[in-house]
Amino acid sequence: MANFKLNINGKIQEVDVDPNTPLLWVLREHLNLVGAKYGCGIAQCGSCTVHVQGVAVRSCMLAVSTVGNQEITTIEGLSENGEHPVQEAWLELDVPQCGYCQTGQIMTAAALLENNPNPSDEEIDMAMNGNICRCGTYVRIKKAIKLAANS
Amino acid sequence: MKNDPKILPERGFTRREFLKSSGGVALFIGASGLMSQLISCSDTEGIKEQLEKHPITAWVQITEDGEITIYNPAAEMGQGSMTSLPLLFAEEMDADWSRVRVEFSPQESDIYGSEGWAPGSKLMFTVGSRTTKAYYPVMRKAGAQARYILRSSAADHWGVPLAETSTKNSEVIHTSGKKISYGDLVPYLTVPEDMPDISENDLKKQEDFELVGKYIPRTELPSKTDGSAQFAIDIILPNMVYAVLERGNLHGASPTLLNEAEILAMDGVLKLVPFDYAIGVVAKSLEQALSAKKQLNIKWGDSPASGFNSQEVYATYEKIANQADKGRILNEIGSVDNAASIAAKSYTADFKNDYVYHAQMEPLNAIIQVAEDGQSAEVWVGSQQGPDTKLGVPDILGIPPEKVNVHLQYLGGGFGRRSMNDFVEECAFIAKEMAPLAVKLMWTREDDVGYGAFRPLSLQRLRASLDNQGNITGFSHCVIGDGGHLVASGARNDHYNIPNQLVEWRSATHGVRLKHWRAVGHGANKFAIECMLDEVAFQQNMDPVALRRKLMANSPRALATLEKVVEISNWNGPLKEGRAKGVSFVEHGSLGTGVCEISVDRKTGKIRVHHFWIAVDAGVIVQPDNVKAQMEGGIIMGMSSVLNEQITIKDGRVEQSNYHNYPLLRMQDVPDSIETVLIDSNEIPEGVGETATPMVAGAIANAFLKLTGKRLRHIPFTPERVLAILNS
Repeated sequence: MANFKLNINGKIQEVDVDPNTPLLWVLREHLNLVGAKYGCGIAQCGSCTVHVQGVAVRSCMLAVSTVGNQEITTIEGLSENGEHPVQEAWLELDVPQCGYCQTGQIMTAAALLENNPNPSDEEIDMAMNGNICRCGTYVRIKKAIKLAANS
Repeated sequence: MKNDPKILPERGFTRREFLKSSGGVALFIGASGLMSQLISCSDTEGIKEQLEKHPITAWVQITEDGEITIYNPAAEMGQGSMTSLPLLFAEEMDADWSRVRVEFSPQESDIYGSEGWAPGSKLMFTVGSRTTKAYYPVMRKAGAQARYILRSSAADHWGVPLAETSTKNSEVIHTSGKKISYGDLVPYLTVPEDMPDISENDLKKQEDFELVGKYIPRTELPSKTDGSAQFAIDIILPNMVYAVLERGNLHGASPTLLNEAEILAMDGVLKLVPFDYAIGVVAKSLEQALSAKKQLNIKWGDSPASGFNSQEVYATYEKIANQADKGRILNEIGSVDNAASIAAKSYTADFKNDYVYHAQMEPLNAIIQVAEDGQSAEVWVGSQQGPDTKLGVPDILGIPPEKVNVHLQYLGGGFGRRSMNDFVEECAFIAKEMAPLAVKLMWTREDDVGYGAFRPLSLQRLRASLDNQGNITGFSHCVIGDGGHLVASGARNDHYNIPNQLVEWRSATHGVRLKHWRAVGHGANKFAIECMLDEVAFQQNMDPVALRRKLMANSPRALATLEKVVEISNWNGPLKEGRAKGVSFVEHGSLGTGVCEISVDRKTGKIRVHHFWIAVDAGVIVQPDNVKAQMEGGIIMGMSSVLNEQITIKDGRVEQSNYHNYPLLRMQDVPDSIETVLIDSNEIPEGVGETATPMVAGAIANAFLKLTGKRLRHIPFTPERVLAILNS
């Protein structure tokens, strides 16, 4: 066990866990920030996506000990009331079905648009290819990213 | 609705708690339609009396400020029940939809069930695309009853005849122009002396619908974009411990744990719980439970699946298909043997389907807390419900069903997997041992794949007989596989006018766990049927659409979907070089015809689907945009399973373990467009969740035949298989 002070959504949060614990379990089971989801545990599905220093990362394979004082943003901290342009576009187009993967999709899309405000189809495919949606909402995800880019 | 840290989940409640805690007035509508009661929510004694005397139904609650809460009796797994069912109620109640909130109803099928399979029975079971169809009459009638009570209360309050009142947008209106809002009516609500039964004639006509058939955003989507939507896996209770099981990947094998003392000495480990087929570990934290699971040294025994090799079994299936004796006859019209004996031409083909896995994004999990005395339990779970709405928990705990309170949560995908309670029962078993601590049982993705319950492997042998005019006179369909209905559904052809038809099932058993998977047997059987029709068309040099048009002559609704999709896909229009279109028809409650446009990379064998067009007749459409979403999702799931997905079994063991070796379709392989047209209809609504998925394999294989003259007859059409066929 070791003590970690994490900078999450602009707040310092303290946890006492094994240093190898994935950030995902720290967020979900220790800090009750459950918006990031567990899907595979091997960085294959993207459900656990959060931002570390603005970059979309899979928190399921990121040991808490490697985070240091980097800024972590989860879906809970992406916007005050769900009014991030990506979230608004998601609602505008009724993107989610079961919704389980969508927070990860939104975090990946938000990071994409942060770095590339007008991505091409190929750039969207490349950025979003690490996020699986079993309900098959991809067509709407793609439309929503373009809508958010134009907003 | 942000999740507050460390606070008990709010969703889910016992019926009594709900009645006691609700503000305003709960409007109870008798299940029979005759027994109506209004009880002030502070009148707990009155509530108890009523609950004891009558099987009452509480569908709606109205507060004095006009907020209306409607209860959804079905699971929400992305298919939209959280909107479609309350919408039907609100439509008939004339509720102001902007003031409606939706919550899950308690899991009590006597009160909240729709008509079950047995006459007179009631069921809460979100399966088989039955929700909208089964609840359409229930929700509308209940909503109309609520409206009647509101109108009659206003009429009494004003001292005017009932006939002079009408309703609109949460107001009762008198012919004089006087109005009162539903909220303002709350203090005056009274139950009519003799509540009339509501008949079909008392319900709205389709042309008068104000909500049904319109674009209405889904109610729970804001919570699914800001991260606050609560799935069972998100629940954290005080004093909660974590349980994981090692089940191995040889289904049903018995474990012997060889290092119990070592595991028990690990950090945080609280208990080991043996199962017949698994070893359970309970620990203080999830990471401790998972670490201990990794260290388990288990010797596995044999199981009925031992020695089974899935990719070699097709040779056996072919031998079974060759046998003269027929299997279990599932449908027979005329005589296919007579038709064959006088046929001018006969075609026979085999179609094969490997196992596929559900891969719902939320791995299975449940949270159960058993009371210290062991006499009651609280269950939080994402479940498709079932004939036992208490999901097997009462039997495991040895307590009556009414002592088990199930708090239904959003499902992170169902697809049939969550219509099976194995994971809930495991959690109950461990929670009993750990009482009064709450137990969160988690399946890892590896558990979910390795101990999955798959869509069965199957072989379809089809034979089509033709007369000398090229008409199909006989069609026989022999299914070989494990799982009965799981392999046999969807093999009938009720919309193709073929005078002699036979469907038979020949069984096989392998000891591999099986379960309903979106569209069940339709996936494999529609693939076989639709490819067989194109085989006939190909051999006869006929247009596949013209062939189906002839077969659908007596099924105007099916034919209309064919004609519509031909139109929107520009079936006869010019195509880009290297592309072809294929067509496929499916009935699964609703009727749908799909057309896809594909190309194939002849170097890699990779098939690319560029466009998909669908025309669907689902009767009255409650939420048009959501039906389109179901078609889009169904096509994507179909493409994923048809192009990528394969579970293989070697010596009884599942060879795949996670998404790296069970690849799902990703963004880069999504078609440029999926276009759906909904056919206008005033027939009763039919399910739409399973109509698109089974049309994919046939449409792709038929387009491939047109493009290459070669046949894809084994799902999945992986690049390796496609390449082998192209080079054959």
